[in-house]
Amino acid sequence: MAERLGALVIDSVVQLGAFVLFLVSAAFYVFFPPFKPRLWIRQIRIIGADSLFLIILIGGFTGMVLGLQGYNTLRRFGSDGALGTVVALVLVRELGPVLAALMIAARAGSAMAAELGAMQSTEQIDALTVMAINPVQYLVSPRVLAGVISFPLLISVFDVVGIFGGYMIGVGLMGAPSAAYFNGIADNMEWHDVMTGIYKALVFGVVVTWVCCYKGYRAERMATGVSRATTEAVVLSSALILAFDYFLTSILL
Amino acid sequence: MSQTEINHNGGDAKNIRNAASAGNAIEVRDLRKRFGRQQVLDGVTLDFPAGQITTIVGPSGSGKTVLLKHLNLLMRPDSGTIVIDNVEVTKLGATGLDAVREKFGVLFQAGALFDSMSIFDNVAFPLVEKTRLTRAEIAERVHETLKAVGLEGMGAKFPSEMSGGMQKRAALARALVRRPKILMLDEPTTGLDPSRTGAIHELIRRTQENFKLTAVMVSHDVPAVFQVSDRVAFLHNGRTHLNGTVAQVMAADDEVFKRFLAGKASGEENETALAG
Ligand SMILES: Nc1ncnc2c1ncn2[C@@H]1O[C@H](COP(=O)(O)OP(=O)(O)OP(=O)(O)O)[C@@H](O)[C@H]1O
Ligand SMILES: [Mg+2]
Repeated sequence: MAERLGALVIDSVVQLGAFVLFLVSAAFYVFFPPFKPRLWIRQIRIIGADSLFLIILIGGFTGMVLGLQGYNTLRRFGSDGALGTVVALVLVRELGPVLAALMIAARAGSAMAAELGAMQSTEQIDALTVMAINPVQYLVSPRVLAGVISFPLLISVFDVVGIFGGYMIGVGLMGAPSAAYFNGIADNMEWHDVMTGIYKALVFGVVVTWVCCYKGYRAERMATGVSRATTEAVVLSSALILAFDYFLTSILL
Repeated sequence: MSQTEINHNGGDAKNIRNAASAGNAIEVRDLRKRFGRQQVLDGVTLDFPAGQITTIVGPSGSGKTVLLKHLNLLMRPDSGTIVIDNVEVTKLGATGLDAVREKFGVLFQAGALFDSMSIFDNVAFPLVEKTRLTRAEIAERVHETLKAVGLEGMGAKFPSEMSGGMQKRAALARALVRRPKILMLDEPTTGLDPSRTGAIHELIRRTQENFKLTAVMVSHDVPAVFQVSDRVAFLHNGRTHLNGTVAQVMAADDEVFKRFLAGKASGEENETALAG
Protein backbone atom coordinates (compact mmCIF):
# COMPACT_ATOMS: atom_id res chain seq x y z
CA MET A 1 0.00 0.00 0.00
CA ALA A 2 2.62 2.48 1.14
CA GLU A 3 4.82 1.20 -1.67
CA ARG A 4 2.11 1.90 -4.25
CA LEU A 5 1.60 5.38 -2.86
CA GLY A 6 5.33 5.98 -2.98
CA ALA A 7 5.52 4.82 -6.57
CA LEU A 8 2.60 7.09 -7.44
CA VAL A 9 4.26 10.08 -5.83
CA ILE A 10 7.56 9.38 -7.58
CA ASP A 11 5.77 8.91 -10.88
CA SER A 12 3.95 12.22 -10.48
CA VAL A 13 7.13 14.06 -9.62
CA VAL A 14 8.92 12.54 -12.62
CA GLN A 15 6.06 13.53 -14.91
CA LEU A 16 5.92 17.05 -13.54
CA GLY A 17 9.67 17.29 -14.03
CA ALA A 18 9.37 16.17 -17.64
CA PHE A 19 6.58 18.71 -18.17
CA VAL A 20 8.67 21.55 -16.77
CA LEU A 21 11.83 20.46 -18.60
CA PHE A 22 9.87 20.45 -21.83
CA LEU A 23 9.15 24.17 -21.47
CA VAL A 24 12.69 24.93 -20.35
CA SER A 25 14.21 23.31 -23.43
CA ALA A 26 11.64 24.86 -25.76
CA ALA A 27 12.42 28.29 -24.31
CA PHE A 28 16.16 27.64 -24.48
CA TYR A 29 16.07 26.71 -28.16
CA VAL A 30 14.25 29.93 -29.07
CA PHE A 31 17.57 31.67 -28.47
CA PHE A 32 19.72 28.95 -29.97
CA PRO A 33 20.56 28.76 -33.69
CA PRO A 34 19.54 27.77 -36.28
CA PHE A 35 16.82 30.44 -36.21
CA LYS A 36 13.81 29.80 -38.36
CA PRO A 37 11.85 33.04 -38.83
CA ARG A 38 9.73 31.31 -41.45
CA LEU A 39 8.48 28.84 -38.88
CA TRP A 40 7.82 31.62 -36.37
CA ILE A 41 5.79 33.62 -38.84
CA ARG A 42 3.83 30.59 -39.89
CA GLN A 43 2.91 29.84 -36.29
CA ILE A 44 2.04 33.46 -35.55
CA ARG A 45 -0.29 33.31 -38.51
CA ILE A 46 -1.88 30.08 -37.30
CA ILE A 47 -2.23 31.10 -33.64
CA GLY A 48 -2.65 34.83 -34.15
CA ALA A 49 -4.13 35.84 -37.46
CA ASP A 50 -6.40 32.84 -37.80
CA SER A 51 -7.88 33.43 -34.34
CA LEU A 52 -8.57 37.11 -34.98
CA PHE A 53 -12.14 36.82 -36.18
CA LEU A 54 -13.12 34.62 -33.25
CA ILE A 55 -11.50 37.03 -30.81
CA ILE A 56 -13.35 40.02 -32.31
CA LEU A 57 -16.63 38.13 -32.12
CA ILE A 58 -16.21 37.00 -28.51
CA GLY A 59 -14.71 40.33 -27.46
CA GLY A 60 -17.69 42.19 -28.93
CA PHE A 61 -20.28 40.07 -27.17
CA THR A 62 -18.42 40.15 -23.87
CA GLY A 63 -18.29 43.95 -24.00
CA MET A 64 -21.95 44.14 -24.89
CA VAL A 65 -22.95 41.98 -21.94
CA LEU A 66 -20.74 44.05 -19.66
CA GLY A 67 -22.40 47.21 -20.99
CA LEU A 68 -25.83 45.81 -20.26
CA GLN A 69 -25.09 44.37 -16.82
CA GLY A 70 -22.84 47.24 -15.84
CA TYR A 71 -25.39 49.86 -16.77
CA ASN A 72 -28.21 48.14 -14.88
CA THR A 73 -26.07 47.69 -11.79
CA LEU A 74 -24.44 51.11 -11.74
CA ARG A 75 -27.75 52.87 -12.29
CA ARG A 76 -29.02 51.54 -8.96
CA PHE A 77 -26.28 53.58 -7.33
CA GLY A 78 -26.81 56.49 -9.67
CA SER A 79 -23.31 56.16 -11.01
CA ASP A 80 -23.86 55.15 -14.61
CA GLY A 81 -21.21 57.69 -15.54
CA ALA A 82 -18.66 55.15 -14.30
CA LEU A 83 -19.77 52.58 -16.89
CA GLY A 84 -16.77 53.07 -19.21
CA THR A 85 -14.32 52.70 -16.36
CA VAL A 86 -15.95 49.55 -15.05
CA VAL A 87 -16.20 47.89 -18.47
CA ALA A 88 -12.63 48.77 -19.39
CA LEU A 89 -11.09 47.71 -16.09
CA VAL A 90 -12.95 44.42 -15.97
CA LEU A 91 -11.93 43.68 -19.54
CA VAL A 92 -8.33 44.79 -19.40
CA ARG A 93 -7.49 43.31 -16.02
CA GLU A 94 -9.55 40.15 -16.02
CA LEU A 95 -11.99 39.06 -18.66
CA GLY A 96 -9.96 39.98 -21.72
CA PRO A 97 -6.94 37.84 -20.91
CA VAL A 98 -8.92 34.94 -19.46
CA LEU A 99 -11.69 34.67 -22.04
CA ALA A 100 -9.42 35.30 -25.00
CA ALA A 101 -6.90 32.74 -23.73
CA LEU A 102 -9.64 30.16 -23.20
CA MET A 103 -10.88 30.76 -26.74
CA ILE A 104 -7.42 30.50 -28.26
CA ALA A 105 -6.75 27.33 -26.28
CA ALA A 106 -9.95 25.81 -27.64
CA ARG A 107 -9.21 26.85 -31.18
CA ALA A 108 -5.47 27.00 -31.84
CA GLY A 109 -4.35 24.95 -28.83
CA SER A 110 -6.45 21.94 -29.69
CA ALA A 111 -5.28 22.05 -33.29
CA MET A 112 -1.68 22.24 -32.08
CA ALA A 113 -2.08 19.21 -29.82
CA ALA A 114 -3.79 17.26 -32.60
CA GLU A 115 -1.12 18.12 -35.15
CA LEU A 116 1.81 17.22 -32.92
CA GLY A 117 -0.04 14.14 -31.69
CA ALA A 118 -0.51 12.93 -35.25
CA MET A 119 3.16 13.63 -35.97
CA GLN A 120 4.14 11.62 -32.90
CA SER A 121 1.92 8.67 -33.71
CA THR A 122 3.11 8.46 -37.32
CA GLU A 123 6.79 8.66 -36.29
CA GLN A 124 7.29 12.04 -37.95
CA ILE A 125 8.88 13.33 -34.75
CA ASP A 126 11.27 10.37 -34.70
CA ALA A 127 12.00 11.12 -38.35
CA LEU A 128 13.15 14.61 -37.36
CA THR A 129 15.35 13.18 -34.64
CA VAL A 130 17.13 10.71 -36.90
CA MET A 131 17.74 13.54 -39.39
CA ALA A 132 19.65 15.25 -36.59
CA ILE A 133 16.99 17.94 -36.29
CA ASN A 134 15.95 18.72 -32.74
CA PRO A 135 12.17 18.23 -32.76
CA VAL A 136 11.59 20.47 -29.75
CA GLN A 137 13.47 23.27 -31.44
CA TYR A 138 11.80 22.67 -34.78
CA LEU A 139 8.24 22.11 -33.58
CA VAL A 140 7.77 23.45 -30.08
CA SER A 141 9.93 26.57 -29.80
CA PRO A 142 8.26 28.37 -32.74
CA ARG A 143 4.85 27.66 -31.25
CA VAL A 144 5.74 28.92 -27.79
CA LEU A 145 7.33 32.02 -29.29
CA ALA A 146 4.29 32.59 -31.48
CA GLY A 147 2.10 32.27 -28.37
CA VAL A 148 4.11 34.87 -26.51
CA ILE A 149 3.81 37.28 -29.44
CA SER A 150 0.23 36.55 -30.45
CA PHE A 151 -1.53 36.41 -27.10
CA PRO A 152 -0.90 40.04 -26.03
CA LEU A 153 -1.93 41.27 -29.46
CA LEU A 154 -5.09 39.18 -29.60
CA ILE A 155 -6.01 40.08 -26.05
CA SER A 156 -5.53 43.79 -26.79
CA VAL A 157 -7.88 43.46 -29.73
CA PHE A 158 -10.33 41.62 -27.49
CA ASP A 159 -10.20 44.46 -24.94
CA VAL A 160 -10.62 47.24 -27.47
CA VAL A 161 -13.51 45.55 -29.26
CA GLY A 162 -15.07 44.78 -25.89
CA ILE A 163 -14.84 48.40 -24.77
CA PHE A 164 -16.60 49.50 -27.94
CA GLY A 165 -19.18 46.74 -27.49
CA GLY A 166 -19.89 48.04 -23.99
CA TYR A 167 -20.19 51.56 -25.40
CA MET A 168 -22.59 50.43 -28.09
CA ILE A 169 -24.97 48.83 -25.61
CA GLY A 170 -24.44 50.88 -22.46
CA VAL A 171 -24.42 54.27 -24.12
CA GLY A 172 -26.05 53.68 -27.50
CA LEU A 173 -28.88 51.44 -26.38
CA MET A 174 -29.36 52.06 -22.65
CA GLY A 175 -28.48 55.75 -22.58
CA ALA A 176 -25.52 56.04 -20.21
CA PRO A 177 -23.74 59.41 -20.60
CA SER A 178 -21.61 59.27 -23.71
CA ALA A 179 -18.71 61.62 -22.89
CA ALA A 180 -18.23 60.12 -19.43
CA TYR A 181 -17.68 56.65 -20.94
CA PHE A 182 -14.36 57.34 -22.61
CA ASN A 183 -13.32 60.20 -20.32
CA GLY A 184 -13.77 57.88 -17.37
CA ILE A 185 -11.50 55.33 -18.99
CA ALA A 186 -8.87 57.96 -19.74
CA ASP A 187 -8.98 59.34 -16.20
CA ASN A 188 -9.11 56.14 -14.21
CA MET A 189 -7.24 53.54 -16.20
CA GLU A 190 -3.68 53.31 -14.96
CA TRP A 191 -0.58 51.99 -16.59
CA HIS A 192 -0.55 49.29 -13.95
CA ASP A 193 -3.94 48.03 -15.15
CA VAL A 194 -2.71 47.72 -18.70
CA MET A 195 0.44 45.95 -17.59
CA THR A 196 -1.57 43.51 -15.49
CA GLY A 197 -3.39 42.48 -18.64
CA ILE A 198 -0.18 42.23 -20.62
CA TYR A 199 1.55 40.09 -18.01
CA LYS A 200 -1.40 37.76 -17.93
CA ALA A 201 -1.44 37.59 -21.72
CA LEU A 202 2.24 36.66 -21.82
CA VAL A 203 1.85 33.98 -19.17
CA PHE A 204 -1.26 32.52 -20.83
CA GLY A 205 0.53 32.53 -24.18
CA VAL A 206 3.25 30.36 -22.70
CA VAL A 207 0.85 28.14 -20.74
CA VAL A 208 -1.43 27.34 -23.69
CA THR A 209 1.33 26.59 -26.21
CA TRP A 210 3.36 24.71 -23.62
CA VAL A 211 0.52 22.46 -22.47
CA CYS A 212 -0.84 21.85 -25.95
CA CYS A 213 2.55 21.07 -27.46
CA TYR A 214 3.44 18.82 -24.55
CA LYS A 215 0.23 16.83 -24.73
CA GLY A 216 0.56 16.41 -28.49
CA TYR A 217 4.25 15.58 -28.30
CA ARG A 218 3.58 12.92 -25.66
CA ALA A 219 0.55 11.44 -27.42
CA GLU A 220 0.40 7.66 -27.16
CA ARG A 221 0.85 5.68 -30.33
CA MET A 222 -2.58 4.19 -30.53
CA ALA A 223 -5.91 4.89 -32.15
CA THR A 224 -7.21 7.05 -29.31
CA GLY A 225 -3.86 8.69 -28.59
CA VAL A 226 -4.41 11.86 -30.59
CA SER A 227 -7.99 12.49 -29.50
CA ARG A 228 -7.07 11.97 -25.89
CA ALA A 229 -4.08 14.28 -26.20
CA THR A 230 -6.29 16.97 -27.73
CA THR A 231 -8.93 16.73 -25.01
CA GLU A 232 -6.36 16.74 -22.24
CA ALA A 233 -4.57 19.68 -23.80
CA VAL A 234 -7.68 21.85 -23.82
CA VAL A 235 -8.84 20.81 -20.37
CA LEU A 236 -5.43 21.23 -18.76
CA SER A 237 -4.67 24.54 -20.42
CA SER A 238 -8.10 25.91 -19.46
CA ALA A 239 -7.60 24.84 -15.86
CA LEU A 240 -4.10 26.28 -15.77
CA ILE A 241 -5.31 29.56 -17.29
CA LEU A 242 -7.78 29.97 -14.44
CA ALA A 243 -5.30 28.87 -11.78
CA PHE A 244 -2.55 31.15 -13.06
CA ASP A 245 -5.09 33.94 -13.36
CA TYR A 246 -5.83 33.68 -9.67
CA PHE A 247 -2.17 33.70 -8.68
CA LEU A 248 -1.25 36.49 -11.04
CA THR A 249 -4.17 38.58 -9.84
CA SER A 250 -3.18 38.10 -6.21
CA ILE A 251 0.41 39.05 -7.00
CA LEU A 252 -0.30 41.96 -9.30
CA LEU A 253 -3.26 43.51 -7.48
CA MET B 1 40.68 13.89 -27.40
CA SER B 2 37.56 12.09 -28.48
CA GLN B 3 35.59 9.96 -26.11
CA THR B 4 36.02 6.90 -28.24
CA GLU B 5 39.70 6.84 -27.45
CA ILE B 6 39.10 6.26 -23.80
CA ASN B 7 39.51 2.60 -23.14
CA HIS B 8 37.05 1.75 -20.39
CA ASN B 9 36.94 -1.97 -20.52
CA GLY B 10 40.50 -2.87 -21.34
CA GLY B 11 41.15 -5.24 -24.20
CA ASP B 12 37.52 -5.56 -25.19
CA ALA B 13 37.10 -2.03 -26.50
CA LYS B 14 40.29 -2.34 -28.48
CA ASN B 15 39.05 -5.52 -30.08
CA ILE B 16 35.86 -3.79 -31.10
CA ARG B 17 37.73 -1.00 -32.83
CA ASN B 18 40.09 -3.36 -34.58
CA ALA B 19 37.26 -5.52 -35.77
CA ALA B 20 35.38 -2.46 -36.99
CA SER B 21 38.25 -1.36 -39.14
CA ALA B 22 38.16 -4.84 -40.64
CA GLY B 23 34.95 -3.94 -42.42
CA ASN B 24 31.97 -3.79 -40.11
CA ALA B 25 29.73 -0.75 -40.48
CA ILE B 26 27.98 -1.47 -37.21
CA GLU B 27 28.95 -3.66 -34.29
CA VAL B 28 26.65 -4.51 -31.43
CA ARG B 29 28.04 -6.07 -28.28
CA ASP B 30 25.98 -7.57 -25.48
CA LEU B 31 23.18 -5.06 -25.86
CA ARG B 32 20.57 -5.11 -23.12
CA LYS B 33 17.35 -3.20 -22.76
CA ARG B 34 14.55 -3.66 -20.29
CA PHE B 35 11.11 -2.07 -20.20
CA GLY B 36 9.69 -2.38 -16.72
CA ARG B 37 9.89 -6.06 -15.90
CA GLN B 38 10.33 -7.14 -19.51
CA GLN B 39 13.88 -7.85 -20.65
CA VAL B 40 13.44 -7.11 -24.37
CA LEU B 41 17.07 -7.25 -25.46
CA ASP B 42 19.03 -9.74 -23.41
CA GLY B 43 22.57 -9.54 -24.68
CA VAL B 44 22.42 -9.03 -28.44
CA THR B 45 25.77 -9.36 -30.19
CA LEU B 46 25.78 -8.79 -33.90
CA ASP B 47 27.97 -7.42 -36.71
CA PHE B 48 26.77 -5.60 -39.79
CA PRO B 49 29.47 -5.86 -42.46
CA ALA B 50 29.94 -2.77 -44.58
CA GLY B 51 28.41 -2.82 -48.05
CA GLN B 52 26.00 -5.65 -47.31
CA ILE B 53 22.32 -6.03 -46.57
CA THR B 54 21.69 -7.60 -43.20
CA THR B 55 18.12 -8.52 -42.40
CA ILE B 56 16.84 -8.97 -38.87
CA VAL B 57 13.98 -11.44 -38.57
CA GLY B 58 12.20 -12.96 -35.64
CA PRO B 59 8.81 -13.55 -34.10
CA SER B 60 6.57 -10.68 -33.20
CA GLY B 61 7.68 -9.04 -29.98
CA SER B 62 11.20 -10.45 -30.17
CA GLY B 63 12.65 -6.95 -30.06
CA LYS B 64 13.50 -6.28 -33.71
CA THR B 65 12.12 -2.76 -33.70
CA VAL B 66 13.70 -2.05 -30.33
CA LEU B 67 17.06 -3.22 -31.68
CA LEU B 68 16.71 -1.04 -34.77
CA LYS B 69 15.78 1.94 -32.61
CA HIS B 70 19.05 1.44 -30.76
CA LEU B 71 20.95 1.39 -34.04
CA ASN B 72 19.32 4.60 -35.27
CA LEU B 73 19.93 6.17 -31.87
CA LEU B 74 16.31 6.71 -30.88
CA MET B 75 16.79 4.57 -27.79
CA ARG B 76 19.59 4.21 -25.27
CA PRO B 77 20.58 0.75 -24.04
CA ASP B 78 20.75 -0.21 -20.38
CA SER B 79 24.13 -1.76 -21.09
CA GLY B 80 26.27 -2.98 -23.95
CA THR B 81 27.96 -1.12 -26.75
CA ILE B 82 27.16 -0.07 -30.29
CA VAL B 83 29.91 1.01 -32.65
CA ILE B 84 28.81 2.76 -35.83
CA ASP B 85 31.45 3.53 -38.40
CA ASN B 86 34.18 3.18 -35.75
CA VAL B 87 32.46 5.49 -33.30
CA GLU B 88 31.23 4.05 -30.07
CA VAL B 89 27.84 5.75 -30.06
CA THR B 90 26.78 4.39 -26.68
CA LYS B 91 29.23 6.81 -25.08
CA LEU B 92 28.27 9.92 -27.03
CA GLY B 93 26.37 12.99 -25.89
CA ALA B 94 23.73 14.82 -27.92
CA THR B 95 26.14 16.68 -30.21
CA GLY B 96 28.16 13.59 -30.97
CA LEU B 97 25.00 11.66 -31.73
CA ASP B 98 23.91 14.23 -34.28
CA ALA B 99 27.24 13.84 -36.06
CA VAL B 100 26.67 10.07 -36.32
CA ARG B 101 23.09 10.61 -37.48
CA GLU B 102 24.43 12.45 -40.50
CA LYS B 103 25.81 9.12 -41.67
CA PHE B 104 22.59 7.22 -41.93
CA GLY B 105 19.22 7.37 -43.57
CA VAL B 106 16.19 5.79 -41.94
CA LEU B 107 13.05 4.43 -43.54
CA PHE B 108 10.28 4.21 -40.96
CA GLN B 109 7.73 1.49 -41.02
CA ALA B 110 4.84 3.80 -41.91
CA GLY B 111 7.01 6.09 -44.00
CA ALA B 112 6.75 9.00 -41.57
CA LEU B 113 6.57 11.48 -44.41
CA PHE B 114 5.66 14.99 -43.28
CA ASP B 115 2.07 15.23 -44.37
CA SER B 116 2.07 19.01 -44.41
CA MET B 117 4.67 18.97 -47.21
CA SER B 118 4.69 17.87 -50.83
CA ILE B 119 6.78 14.88 -51.85
CA PHE B 120 9.38 17.22 -53.30
CA ASP B 121 9.64 19.19 -50.05
CA ASN B 122 9.77 15.98 -48.04
CA VAL B 123 12.70 14.66 -50.03
CA ALA B 124 14.37 18.07 -50.12
CA PHE B 125 13.90 18.55 -46.37
CA PRO B 126 17.14 16.93 -45.14
CA LEU B 127 19.09 18.91 -47.73
CA VAL B 128 17.36 22.21 -46.95
CA GLU B 129 17.84 21.75 -43.21
CA LYS B 130 21.27 20.18 -43.02
CA THR B 131 23.30 21.27 -46.05
CA ARG B 132 24.36 24.48 -47.72
CA LEU B 133 23.38 23.43 -51.22
CA THR B 134 21.72 26.03 -53.43
CA ARG B 135 18.08 25.73 -54.44
CA ALA B 136 19.04 24.57 -57.91
CA GLU B 137 21.40 21.94 -56.56
CA ILE B 138 18.76 20.71 -54.17
CA ALA B 139 16.15 20.52 -56.92
CA GLU B 140 18.51 18.54 -59.10
CA ARG B 141 19.40 16.10 -56.35
CA VAL B 142 15.75 15.63 -55.38
CA HIS B 143 14.69 14.90 -58.95
CA GLU B 144 17.56 12.49 -59.36
CA THR B 145 16.62 10.64 -56.19
CA LEU B 146 12.92 10.56 -57.02
CA LYS B 147 13.84 9.11 -60.38
CA ALA B 148 15.94 6.44 -58.71
CA VAL B 149 12.95 5.24 -56.72
CA GLY B 150 10.59 5.44 -59.69
CA LEU B 151 8.68 8.54 -58.64
CA GLU B 152 9.80 10.86 -61.39
CA GLY B 153 7.46 13.81 -61.81
CA MET B 154 5.53 13.03 -58.61
CA GLY B 155 7.18 15.78 -56.55
CA ALA B 156 4.12 18.01 -56.45
CA LYS B 157 1.89 15.37 -54.89
CA PHE B 158 1.19 15.20 -51.19
CA PRO B 159 1.70 12.01 -49.16
CA SER B 160 -2.04 11.68 -48.60
CA GLU B 161 -2.57 11.49 -52.35
CA MET B 162 -0.28 8.48 -52.75
CA SER B 163 -0.67 4.75 -52.29
CA GLY B 164 1.17 2.93 -49.52
CA GLY B 165 3.79 1.61 -51.93
CA MET B 166 4.43 5.05 -53.38
CA GLN B 167 4.75 6.52 -49.89
CA LYS B 168 7.34 3.88 -49.07
CA ARG B 169 9.25 4.86 -52.20
CA ALA B 170 9.07 8.53 -51.35
CA ALA B 171 10.23 7.81 -47.81
CA LEU B 172 13.08 5.76 -49.25
CA ALA B 173 14.01 8.71 -51.45
CA ARG B 174 14.08 10.96 -48.39
CA ALA B 175 16.29 8.44 -46.58
CA LEU B 176 18.66 8.29 -49.55
CA VAL B 177 18.82 11.91 -50.60
CA ARG B 178 21.81 12.80 -48.46
CA ARG B 179 23.78 9.81 -49.77
CA PRO B 180 24.07 8.09 -46.40
CA LYS B 181 26.64 5.38 -45.78
CA ILE B 182 24.14 3.32 -43.86
CA LEU B 183 20.49 2.72 -44.61
CA MET B 184 18.14 1.46 -41.90
CA LEU B 185 14.80 0.06 -42.95
CA ASP B 186 12.01 -0.92 -40.57
CA GLU B 187 9.69 -3.33 -42.30
CA PRO B 188 9.86 -1.68 -45.71
CA THR B 189 7.30 -4.04 -47.22
CA THR B 190 4.79 -4.68 -44.43
CA GLY B 191 1.28 -4.05 -45.63
CA LEU B 192 2.14 -4.31 -49.32
CA ASP B 193 0.92 -6.96 -51.68
CA PRO B 194 3.44 -9.55 -53.00
CA SER B 195 4.13 -7.79 -56.30
CA ARG B 196 4.78 -4.44 -54.58
CA THR B 197 6.89 -6.26 -52.01
CA GLY B 198 9.01 -7.68 -54.81
CA ALA B 199 9.35 -4.26 -56.40
CA ILE B 200 10.48 -2.66 -53.16
CA HIS B 201 12.94 -5.45 -52.47
CA GLU B 202 14.38 -5.01 -55.94
CA LEU B 203 14.60 -1.29 -55.39
CA ILE B 204 16.44 -1.78 -52.09
CA ARG B 205 18.89 -4.17 -53.71
CA ARG B 206 19.47 -1.82 -56.62
CA THR B 207 20.01 1.29 -54.47
CA GLN B 208 22.27 -0.66 -52.16
CA GLU B 209 24.42 -1.67 -55.15
CA ASN B 210 24.35 1.78 -56.75
CA PHE B 211 25.28 3.67 -53.62
CA LYS B 212 27.46 0.89 -52.14
CA LEU B 213 25.76 1.33 -48.85
CA THR B 214 25.31 -0.82 -45.80
CA ALA B 215 21.71 -1.73 -45.20
CA VAL B 216 20.05 -2.91 -42.01
CA MET B 217 16.57 -4.19 -42.53
CA VAL B 218 13.86 -5.49 -40.23
CA SER B 219 11.39 -7.60 -42.11
CA HIS B 220 8.38 -9.86 -41.73
CA ASP B 221 8.54 -11.01 -45.32
CA VAL B 222 10.15 -14.32 -44.61
CA PRO B 223 11.38 -16.05 -46.71
CA ALA B 224 10.91 -13.56 -49.61
CA VAL B 225 13.32 -11.11 -48.01
CA PHE B 226 16.17 -13.63 -48.03
CA GLN B 227 16.52 -13.16 -51.78
CA VAL B 228 17.68 -9.58 -51.35
CA SER B 229 19.68 -10.12 -48.18
CA ASP B 230 23.34 -10.93 -47.83
CA ARG B 231 23.05 -11.85 -44.20
CA VAL B 232 20.31 -12.81 -41.80
CA ALA B 233 20.10 -12.40 -38.05
CA PHE B 234 17.36 -14.33 -36.28
CA LEU B 235 16.29 -12.73 -33.03
CA HIS B 236 14.73 -14.90 -30.38
CA ASN B 237 14.17 -14.30 -26.67
CA GLY B 238 16.12 -11.07 -26.82
CA ARG B 239 19.24 -12.65 -28.30
CA THR B 240 20.68 -13.32 -31.72
CA HIS B 241 19.74 -16.94 -32.00
CA LEU B 242 21.20 -17.35 -35.49
CA ASN B 243 23.41 -15.06 -37.48
CA GLY B 244 25.27 -15.53 -40.74
CA THR B 245 24.99 -15.43 -44.51
CA VAL B 246 21.63 -16.36 -45.98
CA ALA B 247 23.00 -19.73 -47.06
CA GLN B 248 24.43 -20.46 -43.63
CA VAL B 249 21.27 -19.56 -41.82
CA MET B 250 19.06 -21.49 -44.20
CA ALA B 251 21.25 -24.53 -43.85
CA ALA B 252 21.41 -24.31 -40.08
CA ASP B 253 19.95 -27.27 -38.26
CA ASP B 254 17.99 -25.25 -35.73
CA GLU B 255 14.64 -26.30 -34.33
CA VAL B 256 13.53 -22.82 -33.26
CA PHE B 257 14.33 -21.22 -36.59
CA LYS B 258 12.64 -24.04 -38.49
CA ARG B 259 9.51 -23.64 -36.44
CA PHE B 260 9.62 -19.88 -37.08
CA LEU B 261 9.87 -20.47 -40.83
CA ALA B 262 7.14 -23.08 -40.73
CA GLY B 263 4.87 -20.75 -38.83
CA LYS B 264 5.49 -18.07 -41.43
CA ALA B 265 4.83 -20.43 -44.32
CA SER B 266 1.54 -21.69 -42.95
CA GLY B 267 0.49 -18.13 -42.15
CA GLU B 268 0.15 -19.11 -38.53
CA GLU B 269 0.59 -16.46 -35.87
CA ASN B 270 4.26 -16.89 -35.12
CA GLU B 271 3.80 -16.64 -31.37
CA THR B 272 1.78 -19.83 -31.43
CA ALA B 273 4.30 -21.49 -33.70
CA LEU B 274 6.99 -20.78 -31.16
CA ALA B 275 5.02 -21.49 -28.06
CA GLY B 276 6.16 -25.13 -27.70
N1 LIG C 1 8.77 2.08 -25.63
C1 LIG C 1 8.44 0.89 -25.10
N2 LIG C 1 8.01 0.82 -23.83
C2 LIG C 1 7.69 -0.37 -23.28
N3 LIG C 1 7.76 -1.54 -23.91
C3 LIG C 1 8.18 -1.53 -25.18
C4 LIG C 1 8.54 -0.32 -25.84
N4 LIG C 1 8.91 -0.61 -27.10
C5 LIG C 1 8.79 -1.95 -27.21
N5 LIG C 1 8.35 -2.50 -26.07
C6 LIG C 1 8.14 -3.95 -25.84
O1 LIG C 1 9.26 -4.64 -26.29
C7 LIG C 1 8.88 -5.85 -26.93
C8 LIG C 1 9.53 -5.94 -28.29
O2 LIG C 1 8.99 -4.95 -29.13
P1 LIG C 1 9.40 -4.74 -30.63
O3 LIG C 1 8.54 -3.66 -31.15
O4 LIG C 1 10.86 -4.59 -30.73
O5 LIG C 1 8.99 -6.13 -31.26
P2 LIG C 1 9.19 -6.55 -32.76
O6 LIG C 1 10.14 -7.69 -32.77
O7 LIG C 1 9.51 -5.39 -33.59
O8 LIG C 1 7.74 -7.11 -33.06
P3 LIG C 1 6.88 -6.93 -34.40
O9 LIG C 1 7.39 -8.00 -35.30
O10 LIG C 1 5.49 -7.22 -33.93
O11 LIG C 1 7.08 -5.56 -34.92
C9 LIG C 1 7.37 -5.84 -27.00
O12 LIG C 1 6.89 -6.75 -26.05
C10 LIG C 1 6.97 -4.45 -26.65
O13 LIG C 1 5.81 -4.46 -25.90
MG1 LIG D 1 8.51 -4.13 -35.06
